[in-house]
Amino acid sequence: MLELNVQTIAFLIFAILSLGGALGVVTSRNLIHGALYLIVSLFGGAGFFVLLSAPFIAVVQVLVYIGAIAILIIFAVMLTRSMTGMRELFNRQWWLSAIVGILLFLLLAIAVILPVWGANGSKPNLPVADQVATTQDLGVALVDGNQYVLPFEVASLLLTGAMIGAIVIARDTED
Amino acid sequence: MVPLSMYLLVAAGMFCIGVYGVLARRNAVAILMSVELMLSAVNINLIGFWRYGAPLQIAGQVFSAFVFVIAAAEASVGLAIIISIYRNRRSVTVEDVNLLKG
Amino acid sequence: MQATCVDVIETLAPCLTAGGLDPGIAQFLSILIGVALVGLFPLVLVILLIWLERKIAARVQDRWGPNRVGPFGLFQNLADAVKLIIKEDITPAGADRLIYNLAPIVAVLSTILIWAAVPFSPVHIGADLGIGLLYFVAVSSIGTLSVMMAGWASNNKYALLGSFRVVAQLVSYEIPLVLALLVPVLLTGSMGMQDLVRAQQGMWFIVPGFVSAVIFYISNLAETGRAPFDMIEAESELVAGYNIEYSGMKFGLFMANEFMHAFTANLLFSVIFLGGWSGPLANQVPVLGFVWLMVKTFIVYIPSLILRATIPRVRIDQMMSFNWKFLVPIAIVNVIMIAFLLQIIKAIGWLPEPGNTNFFAHVPMAIILLVGNLALIAAVVTMLRNAGRRERQAEPVPASDDERAIVAVH
Repeated sequence: MLELNVQTIAFLIFAILSLGGALGVVTSRNLIHGALYLIVSLFGGAGFFVLLSAPFIAVVQVLVYIGAIAILIIFAVMLTRSMTGMRELFNRQWWLSAIVGILLFLLLAIAVILPVWGANGSKPNLPVADQVATTQDLGVALVDGNQYVLPFEVASLLLTGAMIGAIVIARDTED
Repeated sequence: MVPLSMYLLVAAGMFCIGVYGVLARRNAVAILMSVELMLSAVNINLIGFWRYGAPLQIAGQVFSAFVFVIAAAEASVGLAIIISIYRNRRSVTVEDVNLLKG
Repeated sequence: MQATCVDVIETLAPCLTAGGLDPGIAQFLSILIGVALVGLFPLVLVILLIWLERKIAARVQDRWGPNRVGPFGLFQNLADAVKLIIKEDITPAGADRLIYNLAPIVAVLSTILIWAAVPFSPVHIGADLGIGLLYFVAVSSIGTLSVMMAGWASNNKYALLGSFRVVAQLVSYEIPLVLALLVPVLLTGSMGMQDLVRAQQGMWFIVPGFVSAVIFYISNLAETGRAPFDMIEAESELVAGYNIEYSGMKFGLFMANEFMHAFTANLLFSVIFLGGWSGPLANQVPVLGFVWLMVKTFIVYIPSLILRATIPRVRIDQMMSFNWKFLVPIAIVNVIMIAFLLQIIKAIGWLPEPGNTNFFAHVPMAIILLVGNLALIAAVVTMLRNAGRRERQAEPVPASDDERAIVAVH
C-alpha cells in the first residue's frame, strides 16, 4: 500500500513524533516533561505541514506554538506548582474518558475516513497536483478586499482583546 | 505520496488522545495542553484536505492561519485565568474550583 | 574525472553517479557531505571568534590578551577546550538528567540550523527556502526554549530566576526584530534569502532601510545576549544566571553557542542589509562571493566586540522599557512609513523593475527612502530632546507640611 521511499519514511517519523508526544502529554506525571512532550508533538505537526507543501504554516507552527505558546505553558507550570505535589494524575472517571476517546477514534476511522478515502472507499487515490497556491497568494488573500481582509482585521482585534484581557486578569493587584 | 487517509488517521488519533487528556486529567494546565493538541490535530486535517482537495485555492491555508490565531488567544487568556485562580485558591486542580457547586 | 567535476561542492552528485554509484545514494551522500561542511564550519570558526574577542577586549583595556600559547595566543582556545573536555562531568543532585543534558545541545542546534538557509554565494546555499527569513526567526525562538530547560533542570532557584529574566528579554526583543525584517521583505517582494541578495545587486538595503538596519542590529545585540544587554551571562550578578550548575564541556557548549549566535546574527545582518555575497567578480567566481560575505560579517561583528568592552550593562527594567516604549513604536512607524513611501515611488514610476542591477537606476528610490528614514530619526531625536527638557525644567515638588513647619520654627 505504501511504497518505501523517502516521503513515507519521513511521514512515519513525524507520525511517531506526533502520536508519541501526544501520549506523553496526557500521561506525564511531571508537567514540565508534559510540556516538552507537547513541543515534540508540535514538531511532528510542523513536519507534516512541510510534507504537505505548506512551508509557511510549518514555520508559523514552530514560531507561534513552540516559540511562544509552549514557553507560556512552561511559565504557567512553574508559577502554579502545588506544594504537595501531584497526588493523583487522573480523576475518577478516567476509564470512561478512555472509552470515549477510543470510541471516538473508531467512529472517525471506520465510519468517516476509511469509507471515503480509504483503500476500498469511494475516493481511494486522490491525485496530488503539482501546482499549489504559494505563500504570495496567502499574503494577497489576507489583505485583498474581495477575499479575507475582514476576518484578518477581526482576528487582530481578537488578539488585542486577548492580550489586554490576559494582562488585566493576571496582573498582581497592588493594594 | 502518502494517501490522504493516513494523514486523517494520524490527525484523528491525536485528536482523540487530546479528548482523553481533557476529560481525564485533574490539573488545569494539563487540560490546556491537551486542548492545544486537539487544535494542532485540526490543523493537520485542514492542511491535508487543502493539499489533496483544492491546492490551488488558498482558503485552506487561510483557515489554518486563523486557527493559529485563535489558539494563541485562547492559550494566553486561559493561562491568565489559571494563574489568577492559583493566586486565590492555591490549587490548580480543577476539582477544587467548585464554589458554585450545590 | 569529467569537466563537470571540477566544482566538487556543487556537482558532487552527478560526479558520483558518473562514477557508477546509484543516483539515490549519490544524492544522499552529497547532501550528507554538504550538511557536515555547513554544520562544522561555525563550530570550527568559533575558536577564531573567541580569540578575536579576547584580543580586542584586552587591547581596549590596555593590556595584551592571550599571547603565550602559540603565536599571538592563537592556540589559547584549543587549550581552553581541552581543559573543559577533561573536566569532571557533574550533575547536581535532584536535577532532571535528560533535560539537563539536552539543554546545551538544543542551544547549539538552534544556532547551527540557521546556517542551513544562508546564501554563501550565487550558487551555494544549503536550502533555498521560499520563506527563509521566517525560518531564521522561528529557529531563533527554539534557542529561548533551551534557556528555559537549562534554568529549570538545574534545580537551583537562582538559575530559575535567571532563566526567567533571560526568556523575558529574548521573547520581548523578537518583536522589533521581526518588524525590522518586514522592510527588506517589502523592498524585495519575497522572503527567500537568495531573492533578498539578488534584489540588492542594485543598491544595498542599508541605504533605503537605514532605520530598520539599526533596529535589527540592536535587537540582534539583545537576542544574542551581547553587551549592553548581557543580563544573560551577567557574571557579577545572580551568580552567573541560568548556567551556574553547568561545568565542563556542557558549559563550553553554552559559551561556544553565545559566540556562534552573535556571529550568525551578524552574518544575517550582512546578508539582509549589506548585500550578502555581492561584490566585484562574485558572479563569475562563486567562491569569491563567500569571501565577500565573511569580510562584511567581520566588519559588522567587530564593533559589537568593541561595544562589549566599552558600554556598561543595562538593567532589566531599563531593557524592557527600552524595548516596549521605544523600539517597538519606532519599528511600527518605520514599516508604515516605508510602505507608504514605496507606494508613492511606485505611483511616480521611479521603482526599478526587479532584476535591474544598475546602481543609478536605484538612486532616486534610495534617496527618497533615505530621506524618509532620516526624517523619522530626526522626529524621534526631537521628541527625546523635548522630553528631556521637560524633565529638567519640571517644578520642584512642594515641601510637605511638616517640612514647612520645621523650617518656619527655625
